[in-house]
Parts: sequence; C-alpha cells; structure tokens
Amino acid sequence: MTNSSTGHDSAPPTEHSLLTPVLTENWGDERAWKLTNYERRGGYGALRKALDMDPGDVVTIVKDSGLRGRGGAGFPTGMKWGFIPQDNPKPKYLVVNADESEPGTCKDIPLMMASPHTLVEGVIISAYAIRSNYAFIYVRGEVLQVVRRLQQAVREAYSAGYAGKNILGTGYDMEIIVHAGAGAYICGEETALLDSLEGRRGQPRLRPPFPAVAGLYASPTVINNVESIASVPCILDRGADWFTSMGTEKSKGMTIYSLSGHVANPGQFEAPLGITLRQLLDLAGGMREGHELKFWTPGGSSTPMLTAEHLDIPLDYEGVAAVKSMLGTKALQCFDETTSVVRTVLRWTEFYKHESCGKCTPCREGTWWLVQILKRMEAGQGQEGDIEKLLDLCENILGRSFCALGDGATSPITSAIAYFRDEFEAAMHTPAWELFPYERSTIFVREPVGAGA
Amino acid sequence: MTIIEPQPEESRHGHAGGDVASEDLIGQVGAPTGNGHIARGESGDDGHFTTHFDEPSLDYSVTETKITEETREEMRQIAARYPQARSALLPMLHLVQSVEGRVTPAGIEACADQLGISTAEVSGVVTFYTMYKRRPVGEYHVGVCTTALCAIVGGDEVFAALRDHLEIGNDETTADGKITLEHIECNAACDLAPVMMINWEFFDNTTPEIAKDLVDRLRAGEEVTATRGARVCTWKQAERVLAGFPDGRADEGPTSAPPSVLGLRIAREHGWSAPPVPEPHAQPDAREEGR
Repeated sequence: MTNSSTGHDSAPPTEHSLLTPVLTENWGDERAWKLTNYERRGGYGALRKALDMDPGDVVTIVKDSGLRGRGGAGFPTGMKWGFIPQDNPKPKYLVVNADESEPGTCKDIPLMMASPHTLVEGVIISAYAIRSNYAFIYVRGEVLQVVRRLQQAVREAYSAGYAGKNILGTGYDMEIIVHAGAGAYICGEETALLDSLEGRRGQPRLRPPFPAVAGLYASPTVINNVESIASVPCILDRGADWFTSMGTEKSKGMTIYSLSGHVANPGQFEAPLGITLRQLLDLAGGMREGHELKFWTPGGSSTPMLTAEHLDIPLDYEGVAAVKSMLGTKALQCFDETTSVVRTVLRWTEFYKHESCGKCTPCREGTWWLVQILKRMEAGQGQEGDIEKLLDLCENILGRSFCALGDGATSPITSAIAYFRDEFEAAMHTPAWELFPYERSTIFVREPVGAGA
Repeated sequence: MTIIEPQPEESRHGHAGGDVASEDLIGQVGAPTGNGHIARGESGDDGHFTTHFDEPSLDYSVTETKITEETREEMRQIAARYPQARSALLPMLHLVQSVEGRVTPAGIEACADQLGISTAEVSGVVTFYTMYKRRPVGEYHVGVCTTALCAIVGGDEVFAALRDHLEIGNDETTADGKITLEHIECNAACDLAPVMMINWEFFDNTTPEIAKDLVDRLRAGEEVTATRGARVCTWKQAERVLAGFPDGRADEGPTSAPPSVLGLRIAREHGWSAPPVPEPHAQPDAREEGR
C-alpha cells in the first residue's frame, strides 16, 4: 500500500475538500464552450504567461508539477516532452489523442463538449513548450457535436490571435488541425493513431523508434491524452507547487473519475488522485437501491477488475498497481450482484475481437478463440478444461503483440477467473441468463414485457 | 487480391481491401440483406468467423456518381490543411460519404487520383474503419451501444426492441431508406448509459420506448434533437461536418449532461474547491520572447 494521506476510512468529510473541480469547474456554465465565456474565467491567461517564458521553462514547470498521463499509462508528461530532440532538423509535432474509446471511459468527451477551449489553450502552450508549429487533435468521429465544438473553438482561437501566425505578437506560429477519425478503437493506441493520421489503416508500429524520435511523418512527435493537455493551462496559471499540493506522493494533482454502471447517481467527479471508490460511491449515493457492488474496473475494461474488497485502495497510479490492476483512465464501471461475470467478460472480449487490428497473430486469432469459448460458457455449455484453455490463451496473448490491445483483452478474463472462478465452473452446466436473469441488471423502469427467463 | 475496377457480377469475390476471404459473406448487389450475422444480444452461434471486416464488398454494379468537380475542389481544400496530403484521406472519405451516401468505387478513385496513390491503398483504408460504409446508409444511422456496460444496463434490450420494431437486423436499412440500425461499441458516455447515437449525436439514458418513439418520429419526417447535442441532421450532412465543413450547429444543445456536472454540484454544496495557490515565491523571470 502507498502511504497516501487519503484512502482510509478515518478522513472526516468536513473541512477537507474531497472534490476539487478545476477542469470541470466551468462545465455548468451557460455556453461554456464559447471563447468569451472561457476568457471571462481567465481563459488564455496561462497562454500569455507561457509565451513570456522560454519554452524550456514551460517544460520544467510541467515536469515539476509531476503531471502524469491521464490516458492510461501514467507516463510523466513533462518527461515525455523532454524526450523531443531539439537538434533534429525535422518539424516537431504535437498530437492530442482525443480518440476516447476504452470501454467505460467517458471523461474527455464531456470535457471537449463543455469546454473545448481548455484543451485548445493547453494545445497551444504544449506545442510552444516542445517548439512545435503544428498540432493535431485526433478526435473519434462518432461524436458529432464534440467535433463541431472543437472546430469552432479552434476557429475562435485563430480569430483571437491565439493560434495561427505570430501568436499574440510574439512571432510564434502554430497551426491546429481538428482531425475526425472513422471508427477504430485501435487508433487510441498512439502509434496506430499516427498511422491513421497519415491516412493509413490504423495499425500499431513496432517500437523503438518511439514517437518522440520518429512519430508523425517520421518526425519527433509528442502524443498526449486530452485530459493531460487540458491540465497544462491550470499548471501554468497556478504553478507546479499548487498542483503538487493535491494528490499523493507519486500521483500528483487532481483528475476526473467517471462513475458508471449500477450506481445510484453515476457521473463525473474531479478529485485529487488517491481518493477511494468507497468515498466516490458515498458521494454518488452508493450502488442503486437494494443492491451491492460485485465487481468494478478502476480504469476501463483493459484494467483488471476488482471487487468490494478493494473499496479502500487509493485510486492513484501506485495504489491500483499494488492490487495488480491499473489506474488506467479512471473509468470506474461498477456492476452489482445481478450481473453475470461471464456475460460481462464475453461482451468485453467481443469488443477486443472486433477492434483487434489484425496485425499481430496472438491478438487477432487469440481474441477470436476467447470469444468462441466464452460464448459457449455463457450458454452453459462450457466444456471440461475450458477455464484452463482460457487462461492458456491469455498467457499466449499477453505480451506477445505490438501494442497493448492484446494485453488488455486478457485482463478481464484472467481477473474474472481469479475472483469469480465458481461462475466459470457453473458455466459448464447452467446458462448465465438462468444464473443471472438479464432483465434484473437493466436500470430502466420495466414495462411488463415478459422477457424469457 | 481484388483490384478496384468495375467487374461483372459473377466475378465479384473477395473484399475490396483483400482482408477477409469468406465468400459466403459477400453481400448481394443492391439489396441490403442479412448475411447471417448474429446480432448482439441474441444467444446462439452460427460458427462463422465474423468480424466487422465481413461487410459486403463494394457495390461495383453502381457506376453513376454524384462526385463533381466541386467535390474534387473540396478534396483539394482538405488536403491543403495538412503538411502531407495523404493525411487528408480519412476526411476525404467522410466527404465521399456525404456526397454518395456511402463509399463508392468512384469515390475511391477520386481520393486515389487526388492523393496520387492506388485505389487499392484507398480501399485498404476504407475497409479498416467501421464508419465507412460500403452499402447505402439510411437518412438516419441509429447506433445502439452494446459494449458490456451499456448492454447490461439495458442496451441489449434497446437494440432488440429496435430490431423488432423496425423489422431489420444489424447493419440493415429500412425499406423506406430512413433508418439504418447498427450495434456500436463504447461511445464514451458510460455515465449516461444506455446510450444511443443518431447520426452520431448523443441520445443519453435511452429506453426501448424512447428509442422506438424516436425512430417513429424520424420516419414520419419529424425533427428530433439530441439530449446532448444539436438538432439531428441527415447522415450525409453529419459526414460533411466530419470532413471538416461546419454546418453552424456547434452552439446548439447544452454545455453538459447533468451527470457530467454531478461532482461539481456536490463540491459546491459542500463548499469544496481546489486548494488556493500557495504563497508567491520566486517565479521564473520572463525571458526573451520565444523565437
């Protein structure tokens, strides 16, 4: 366990601010997406501050803040920026990964919907820091209104002189391009995203070389998640010390936690890193009435599932790693006791099978076989040795593909078997829909439909 | 494998991108029919190796095209946005769909011409991404999320209700050409599950009843508005926005859905906030201006 100050039952909810809205602070504002409304709250002040500094000093502040990637891996953002070779004669590129598609993850889309300028300001500051004149926002195509608001925010930024030629009279030029994807989870993987942005099939690249050395158009490239880049303006504005005053020893700052599933009141909660699921669930009114937590994911379906015994682990990078999972995207999908683990895992596995790009054999073939086995288990027709076969397949996928999609596909299965093996045993003889009648898991008020048991 | 050229019907085998060669899954020209694909939410297993690549090949029987010189000019405009023109391929294909209602052989050729790459390279991209459709899409594309969380809390029932109500299967279009139904993967609105998308606008917290009512209204020619977004435009118009040509609807709809601001609301009720900025200390001096 980490020695975080939060994360224990003793923390009294008075005095201490459990929630710390920063990125979400203007999400309730009328037309928060408009430039004038963003500026009214001090927006683009951080950009002015940054442009008065040497780019290297901007990198230093972000390094000092301890900001770590909010897209899943938790790599220190400032360090990533520091890897960009400044003696490389090629252009440098900044790419924002706005391809939010990890099952359960739903923080970047509301951010870009409500306050696209928070991201755009972060983009300009970050590009300046790495001395890039080109930035791309690669947003998934399936979110039309978010694409519209991003496009408009970028246009507004150009009109106001925050982007384009000679930004705010400093002589710094920077172009921002909003690029809509076309439906492929794999493009959230950074090297697949680059191939996609180059107009190709979105398939991951072998690393090294890493994008910092040879990324977009084989040039030095930084790729950051939306929330990471959106966190840059407040760090510039209020300072690294302010940012490090939140969070835990190695996980600094505030972040957005997304509660979903069988929760009484699902939603977005911005808190210092290290808050616990128990604390968040208390704020959300607990699980839906009359039900209890069965299993949950800390950061999307690719992070091994956890159970009620993990309610008090600090939700920071180290705390979740200590229980053999990952903080990931902080997508806290909570399922109650009505839910069939086998059904849930099958559905996630079908997702990975559908989204596997086909490049690496273990992932392409392995996910297909996993689905075949899980399908018959859902139907109560599991065969002797199926559990072992699932685990064996997972072992042969994990770590054997170019990217983390294959690894992610194994997480739900291996963790589910670790915690709920009896349900997989039951799948040898009883269909999941008999063990866990599916209509009990739905959350809408039921009309008398008479769905089969 | 297959070369992108108009071919006689009987020799139309394999996929445009050459990625999967399961001939029994090649679609029939003109009539969008079910291909044995088991829709999510049903139990059962047809034993086929089905993936999203198993859509029918391009429909080569259709040779007329709506792509004009104006379309080509817009393709050039898209290409001009990027440091390297090929980066424009994805938005260019969105533009093709906005004109043609799907990706057509003519659209592929136009992209290839514009970028100086082969039609095979363009087809390879088309077949990779799920948003590119090789069969005509209805005026309204209705996507129901059936990834685990949405499926379990009700998405499966929403999808089944629409399938029965519209009497079409997954990835099929109603005979009046109005509605295409598709089960989609996680659309990043899990706190608002179950989620339905109409032409990629959010319809949060849906139910079978709401979903059926919406498609009825669309088929009756009524305008519907997203719960978190704009008035729903046609699928072709949406594709044009994705190609980077705005339609003036960015200011429609709310800033956030109520769950998006739940934490904010609770924080305000408790008087919670981020810590104050620490006492000022030596700030880095303003150096010479960047560049």
